[in-house]
Amino acid sequence: MLAFLIKRLSNAAMVMLAVSLMAFMIFRFVGDPVELMVNEQTTSEQRDELRERMGLNQPVLVQFARFVGNAVQGDFGISYRNQQSVMALIAERFPATMELVLLATLISLMVGVPLGVMTAIHRGKWYSEAVQFVSIIGVSLPSFVIGILLILAFAVTLGWLPAFGRGEVVDLGWWSTGLLTHSGRVALILPAIALSFYQITLVMRLVRAEMLETLRSDFVKFARARGVPAWRVHFRHALRNCLMPVVTMTAMNIGSLIAFALVTETVFQWPGMGLLFIQAVTFVDIPVMAAYLVIVSFIFVALNTIVDITYAVIDPRLRDANR
Amino acid sequence: MKAQSSSLMISAAALCLSAGLSSAETIRWGGSTDLNSLDPYSYGSTFTLSFLNHVYEGLVRYDADLQIQPALAERWEMMSDSVWRFHLRKGVTFHDGAEFTAEDVMASLARVSHEKSPLRGNLPAYKSAKVIDDHTIDIELTGAYPLLLNDLTNIFIFDAGWLKANNSEEPTDVTAGVEGYATFNANGTGPFKIAERVPDTRTSMVVNEAWWDTPAHNVTRIEFTPIASAATRVAALLSGEIDFVEGAPVQDLPRLKAADNVTVIEGNALRTIMFGFNRRPELADGRTNPFNELKLRQAVAHAIDAELIHKRVMRGASRVAGTLVAPQIPGYDAALDAPIDYDADLARSLIKEAGAEGFAFQLTCSYDLWVNEEEICSAVVSMLTRVGLQPTLDIGPRANQMPKLTKGDADMFIFGWANEPMLDSYSILVQTVHSKSGTAGVFNWGNWSYPEWDTLIDKAAVELDRDTRLGYQTEVLKGARDEMLFVPLHQQPMAWAVSSKVEYVLQQADNKPRHWLTRIK
Repeated sequence: MLAFLIKRLSNAAMVMLAVSLMAFMIFRFVGDPVELMVNEQTTSEQRDELRERMGLNQPVLVQFARFVGNAVQGDFGISYRNQQSVMALIAERFPATMELVLLATLISLMVGVPLGVMTAIHRGKWYSEAVQFVSIIGVSLPSFVIGILLILAFAVTLGWLPAFGRGEVVDLGWWSTGLLTHSGRVALILPAIALSFYQITLVMRLVRAEMLETLRSDFVKFARARGVPAWRVHFRHALRNCLMPVVTMTAMNIGSLIAFALVTETVFQWPGMGLLFIQAVTFVDIPVMAAYLVIVSFIFVALNTIVDITYAVIDPRLRDANR
Repeated sequence: MKAQSSSLMISAAALCLSAGLSSAETIRWGGSTDLNSLDPYSYGSTFTLSFLNHVYEGLVRYDADLQIQPALAERWEMMSDSVWRFHLRKGVTFHDGAEFTAEDVMASLARVSHEKSPLRGNLPAYKSAKVIDDHTIDIELTGAYPLLLNDLTNIFIFDAGWLKANNSEEPTDVTAGVEGYATFNANGTGPFKIAERVPDTRTSMVVNEAWWDTPAHNVTRIEFTPIASAATRVAALLSGEIDFVEGAPVQDLPRLKAADNVTVIEGNALRTIMFGFNRRPELADGRTNPFNELKLRQAVAHAIDAELIHKRVMRGASRVAGTLVAPQIPGYDAALDAPIDYDADLARSLIKEAGAEGFAFQLTCSYDLWVNEEEICSAVVSMLTRVGLQPTLDIGPRANQMPKLTKGDADMFIFGWANEPMLDSYSILVQTVHSKSGTAGVFNWGNWSYPEWDTLIDKAAVELDRDTRLGYQTEVLKGARDEMLFVPLHQQPMAWAVSSKVEYVLQQADNKPRHWLTRIK
C-alpha cells in the first residue's frame, strides 16, 4: 500500500511539473507584457531595460527553473498588472469560484438524478423523449450563450435577479462567502444555473444509462415479483445501485467545472479565479497565468489521486495489480 | 412634552429625507475594465489615470474645452528656456489632513521619473526640481520644451510624508516581487476619497468635503464596478443596476437608445484610426517592398471606401478623416482634412503604374484595441482585393500582434493615435512620423525616414512660440498627407450611456469621465 501511495504521489508531481513546463512554453506565444505595461511615450531603450530587468530575455528553461524554485517555496511573485501578490490574488478569488462550482454541482445532482430516473422508468414515453431532446441543447449550447439568455430573461426583462457580481460578501477568516447575505444569495443563482446546465445533462444521461442497466438485473425483477411498491423498487433499490459511478464522476468533474467556470465568470463578472485568468491573458500577466495553471492542475491531479487511492482502499485487486 | 416629541419626529423625518437624498446622489459606474491599481504610476493605462484623477490631482488640469487650467499650481512663469517656476496653491490639504507643499511636488516628480517607474515616459523632458519655499518650486528641464504643462496634467501629486511613512517613495517594482502600499491605499487632494477597493469587484469613492475647489457636482458617492463582458454591461444598465457606462458597445447603441430609462451620449474621440505601411527596402519575407512606391500607397487610399466603413461598420458613429490628427488637436489644419476620394478605377490604374498588380501581403490587425477593429480590417481586405491586390488578414490579440509590429514584420497595419496625454500633434509627430533615432520614432513601425520632416519636428520640440511651433507641425502633417505616409480612416466614436438618474455628465473628446462635473437628479 505504501509503495502504491508513493508511486501515485510521484506520478502526480511529475504531471504537475509537465503541466507547468508546457504552460511556460506557451507564454512565449502570448505576447510581450512590456508593451502593455509602459505608456506610449516610453522610449525603446526604456522598454528594453524593463524587459531585461523582468528577465524576459532569458532562455525559457532558465525562467522555468526560477519559477519552479520560487513556486515550491510558495512564492509566485507579484502580478504585472495590479502589483498584488499572486498567491493573495488567487486565495481571494478561490472561495468565489468554489461556492459557484459547489452550488452548480448540487443543482446538477438535484435536477439531473430525478430526471435520469424518470427518463429511465418512462423510457419511450413522449415526455422522457422530450427531456432527452432538450438535454442535447444543454450539452451543445455554449455556456456564455446560456448566461446571456438567463441575464436577458431574469435581469433585464423580469428584473428579479442581478446581472453581474457577487453581491455583499461576509468574511469568515480567509474565506469570503456570499451565502450569508441576501444580495450574495440572489447573485449566485444565475451563474450557478448557467454553469450547471452542462453538468445536469451529464448526470441525467449517466443515471439513465445506469438505471436501465440495473432495472434489467435479477434483484429488481425479484423485488417486483415480491410485490414491493414500484417507487420503492426504483428509488430504494435500483437508484442506490446506480449512485456509485455518479458520485465518482461528479467528484472528478469538479475540476472541469472550475475550468468551465472561466466562461461563466466572465459573463457574470463573477470575481473568481477564471475571471482573474482571463484578465491575466489579456494583459500577458505571466505570474498570474503560471500560478493559475499550476493551481488548477493541482486540483485536477489531487482529485484524481484521491479517487485512485480510495479505489485502491476499497478494492485490494488494484493494489496487487500495481505491485 | 408633546411639542418635543413632534420636533423629534420632524428631525427623524428630516434624517430620513437626507438619507434618501444622499443615496440618490450615488452614481453607480459600470466600467469596461478595472483600474489596475490605486497607484497611478504602476501600469500604462489611460483609464487608470483618468479614474484616479478623481482622487489625485496634478499641478494643472484640462478645463471643459480641453484648455490648460491651474489646479494645484496657481500660476507659473519661465525663469529661463529650461527652468519653470510654479507657485502652488495655499490651503490645500490631502485626504488624511496633511498640508500640500512644494515637498510633495518634489517627491511626486522624483517618484514618477524614477528609473524603475514604467511611466517615466510621461515626463520626458524632466531633469530636476528645486524647492524654493513651501509654496514655490522650480522644475528644470533638459532643454527648451514647450509642452511641459500638457505633460503635467497627468503627473499626480502624492503627499511626501505619506509616501515616506509607508515606504513608498519609489514606484512599485514588479521585478522585485514585493507589493507596494500605494497599490492598495490612496491619499490625494482630489474631489473624491477612496472608501473601499476590492480588485475586479468594486471600488467606491466618497466626496471629499475639504476639496479646495468649489464643486460643480452634487455626487456624494461613486460606486465603480468593472463589467468586462459588454453584453452584461448593457444588461446591467437596462435593468437599472448601474447608472453610468463609459464603454457602450457600438452594436448595442440602437437598443440602448430605444430604452426609456437610458440616454446615450455619443461623440468623436480624439483617436484617429489609420493604416500604415512597411517602408523598409525589403518586406519581412525578403521580397522587394512595393509600398515604397507612392502610387501604390495612393492606390490603397483611393481603394478604401471610408464613407462605406463609416456607414456600415461604424453605423454612422465615426467621423471620416483626411489627416492624422483630430480637429481638437493643435496643429490640425482643416485644409488637410478633406477625405480622400474613393475611386476604385483610379486605384486600379495606379496599381498598374506601380507595377503591383496581384501583390500579396498581410494586413496586421488586432481585435481588442480599437472600436470594431476586426470588422474594419475585414472590410479593408475585401476593398483592396477588389482593386486587384491580394491582401490577407493577420489578426490576433494585441499582446500578440504588438511584437510583430515593433519588429517590423507587418506589411500593412492598422494604427490609432489619440495624442494623449499631451493633446498636441507633436505627440504623433515625434513618436511616429519622426525617423527612429534616440528617443524619437518609437512607433515608427515601418522604419520610414524623411530627414526634412525630422528637422521640422526637432525645431518644433524646442520652439517656445506656439504659433511658429504649430506652423512647423502642420507643415509635417501636410507632407505626411502628400506622401501618404498613413492612410487616415476616421476618428473613432465613443459612446457613453447613463440612466435617467443622471442629470448631466461631461463627455470630452479625450473620452475620460470627469465626475467632479457630474450632476444627479
